[in-house]
Amino acid sequence: MEIVDQVLRGDVRAVARLLRDIDDQIPSTRSILKELYPHTGKAYVIGFTGPPGAGKSTLVDQITAYYRKIGKTVAIIAIDPTSPFSGGAILGDRIRMQRHFLDKDVFIRSVATRGHFGGLTKSTHDMITVFDAMGKDIIVVETVGVGQGEVEIADCAHTTIVVSVPGLGDDIQAIKAGIMEIGNIFVVNKADREGAKKTVQELRNLLEMGRRFRMDIGEADDWEPPIVETQAHKGIGIEELCEAIDRHRAYLTTQKPEQFRKVMLKRTLHQFSETLRDELFKEMVRRIERRGESLEAIAEKIFQKELDPYSISRQLIREEFVQPDDQ
Amino acid sequence: MGNERKLRILVAKPGLDGHDRGARIIARALRDAGFEVIYTGCHQTPEQIVQTALQEDVDMIGLSILSGAHNYSFPRIMELLKENNAEDIVVVGGGIFPLEDIPKLKSIGIKEIFTPGAKLEDIIKWVRENVKPRKVAA
Repeated sequence: MEIVDQVLRGDVRAVARLLRDIDDQIPSTRSILKELYPHTGKAYVIGFTGPPGAGKSTLVDQITAYYRKIGKTVAIIAIDPTSPFSGGAILGDRIRMQRHFLDKDVFIRSVATRGHFGGLTKSTHDMITVFDAMGKDIIVVETVGVGQGEVEIADCAHTTIVVSVPGLGDDIQAIKAGIMEIGNIFVVNKADREGAKKTVQELRNLLEMGRRFRMDIGEADDWEPPIVETQAHKGIGIEELCEAIDRHRAYLTTQKPEQFRKVMLKRTLHQFSETLRDELFKEMVRRIERRGESLEAIAEKIFQKELDPYSISRQLIREEFVQPDDQ
Repeated sequence: MGNERKLRILVAKPGLDGHDRGARIIARALRDAGFEVIYTGCHQTPEQIVQTALQEDVDMIGLSILSGAHNYSFPRIMELLKENNAEDIVVVGGGIFPLEDIPKLKSIGIKEIFTPGAKLEDIIKWVRENVKPRKVAA
């Protein structure tokens, strides 16, 4: 396929168009991804998550400059929210990455969530596949900045960085489930602000507590997530952050290859499950349509209480997927 | 189900002026119309604008300009699009333009020029009628 060669050669236009088709869930992209998949596995994926206004885009811009200086090629997936009302989106993360616009070795792509929850988009995994096959050394994913539930990045990235800023609220914010568990590195950005030391101290206490608990239940690994203070807009702390990333990468790839295998396997499992779920659902919709029905028509009956969602789902699965012998 | 093509639009400000209120209002209006708007802020060179349009695979570029530099930046952008085989991207301008410049800009391929007083709903209607998401590439 011509497009596969174009992607492998790093043709910007071809890649850009493929990413769009993937995001729009065009079925023909499946066979392209299939051919690209064997060419993946070389890129290192770094995820940034944290609340809006924490400075994720500026940090991404800064670490991109760092990787460019040492000759690595970079792709950035910058995710912003879709309006649930209009379906539109303003994708504005590029504003902070302008100095890389003319660098042929930096590919920045803005993506809208389109109703997907978890901090990523439905297309993120596949976009990583494309950038990896394209030959990018580093892929940075900047999640949508919502704050508490966007933990899906941990199933996508090799190194997950949780960004926070001083003055967001009381301690309870930080002990809510999820976000503390996924960080391999914690960043306190805008560290010149009042309360920065307190934020660092709170993070340290929480991490320590979590670690002790995981040790007790035998789940702790020997990576201790560092806390890095940065002032991204001034470039302060960026080198420390990049060193921390390099240390985590070295930990995964050389010191603890079994840990790396675990991360990769988890990532693969996540991608496989998502794809399987998606394919199954689409197949079901196809079959429902073949029966001369539609999701909307069934929903109408459920709404009228002629059906309930539980029985009809089971019934459809039984009728469409289970062989008579299995019943 | 799936397969919905969303219109992607780049809103950019070429040149030196640092006033982007108009551009932000347009970006917001386009968002509310259901489009995906890539917003890059002020001080963009034609090269940066075209590179962004290519990487983001947009269907349209909206250029906001108040400084009078359109006679330089617009032709340059059209040239760069051509060089990159991306003439299918619709380019429109918005802002302050001397009336006599408008036919010249249209003659180099700028599809439409919106001047102060243009209504947001008219701009959106124009986009809906004149810009279609591109066909599937593969």
